[in-house]
Amino acid sequence: MGEVMVDVLGVHKRFGDNEVLRGVDLQVSAGEVVVVLGPSGSGKSTLLRTINHLERADRGLVRVDGDLIGYRQRGDKLYELREREVLRQRTNIGFVFQNFNLFPHLTVVENIVEAPVSARRKPVAEARAQARRLLERVGLSDKESAYPRHLSGGQQQRVAIARALALEPKVLLFDEPTSALDPELVGEVLDVIKDLARGGTTMIVVTHEIGFAREVADTVVFMDDGVVVEQGPPSQVLDHPQHARTRAFLSKVL
Amino acid sequence: MSVSARPRSRALDSPAPKVVAARHPWRWVGIVVASVLVAQFISGLVTNPGWDWATFARFFTARSILEAVVVTLELTFYGTVIGFALGIVLALMRLSRSRFLEAVSWTYVWAFRSIPLIVQLLFWFNISYLYEELRFGIPFGPTFIGFDTKDLISPMGAAVLGLALHQAAYAAEIVRSGVISVDHGQLEAAAALGIPRARQFRRIVLPQAMRSILPNATNEVISLFKGTSVVSVVAIGELFYQVQVIYGRNARVVALLMVATVWYIALTTLLSVVQHYVEKHYAKGATRNEDGWKWAR
Repeated sequence: MGEVMVDVLGVHKRFGDNEVLRGVDLQVSAGEVVVVLGPSGSGKSTLLRTINHLERADRGLVRVDGDLIGYRQRGDKLYELREREVLRQRTNIGFVFQNFNLFPHLTVVENIVEAPVSARRKPVAEARAQARRLLERVGLSDKESAYPRHLSGGQQQRVAIARALALEPKVLLFDEPTSALDPELVGEVLDVIKDLARGGTTMIVVTHEIGFAREVADTVVFMDDGVVVEQGPPSQVLDHPQHARTRAFLSKVL
Repeated sequence: MSVSARPRSRALDSPAPKVVAARHPWRWVGIVVASVLVAQFISGLVTNPGWDWATFARFFTARSILEAVVVTLELTFYGTVIGFALGIVLALMRLSRSRFLEAVSWTYVWAFRSIPLIVQLLFWFNISYLYEELRFGIPFGPTFIGFDTKDLISPMGAAVLGLALHQAAYAAEIVRSGVISVDHGQLEAAAALGIPRARQFRRIVLPQAMRSILPNATNEVISLFKGTSVVSVVAIGELFYQVQVIYGRNARVVALLMVATVWYIALTTLLSVVQHYVEKHYAKGATRNEDGWKWAR
């Protein structure tokens, strides 16, 4: 594994009275695939959303490839970045949502070229050519000019992955990418993610698919109640969990 | 009795029974009653000399009326364009993270929705009596530059100002309602992709908001179009004012009111047709089955 790509340090987040993250530390190396497991409400999604600053951490720091996300540090003070700068940082962090969130009024190819053209100022022709390559990669070459609502859930999620990849991000975050899909469509999306993992993309995947974690993850992270309970290679965390809470969770889902 | 192993097709055993559609006798009664009423109405229009169609025909395309129609369209156009431009700005202010901008927008909408349009129009028309000069300078201190208000705000300018400022308050709320109707996930996706803020609004939010903005906005444009008749109180030569002037001279009240009515109906119909096509444009990708799209979604 290469140098540290994502560095999460002591992140806290509270929504009203509910403390969702209570000091999370996580390091992800370049090229590493991290799968985050945990019961619902354990803070997995919130952790993912603090990494690209969709949620602002109350305390703690996030660095992606050395860049402090959302702040500029000068001396012992953190200065909040302006929105424009945060948006620029996010172009390095791909995010795939549970509900796809494709833009329904734009065609598949328009969905994919939107960010490269508007955020990266890539020439349209170049962005379109890249979009076609990405669609081929996710197996949807024939859907270029379809609208999202004309696609199945699995196809929509594959478009969403292609859209995230179009920015050539340094890390890809998946927030329960298959939870909104019918069971028979889960496989096609996981196949695309596996393919990316083999290609050396750095990723953090929040999921409930234990089989996927076992097959693809370099590191499995188990979260409960806003903290990382244990982490390690899948053979260790899934087969020989050290912690009672991990055992209790796995006994319910396996 | 025997039980056959293979299910047999029972329908083939006997000829299919004939289907008789359900009868609706009251529909026919309704149609007859409605037809009689329509016929009576048309007969009234044709036979009652009070409608005075000869006068109608003489004035319908008279030069003075056509010029007045143009003024009415101008008032509608400027009122709509300025009103909605300002309305979009007000809606964005209201939705912004700045409490200050939010308060300014709220106050504007509150003020301009509270004052009747006719009062506003009379106020702007008479502003030069209230402030004879407009001066820019330090309050209670020296003046840098001054204008005569009468020169700055013509009667037509006052009318456009009144209509547009009034329209902006309503437009702001319509635009705001459209924007908040867009799924929050759309904004999150746009933000996660790092799309610049202005572009997020123009390319992602507004086109989707348009679907709920358009029917309400068209209502507003149509109501503004007819609402321009209120401007007749400040003696602008728009359609309704012109009609009043003419029947004041020749006393053919009904015929001239019909001239105005038919113009209003014709142009409103045109707007409704335009609405249909604009809505169709913004419905792209909105339905699963594109062929299923007819008059409604």
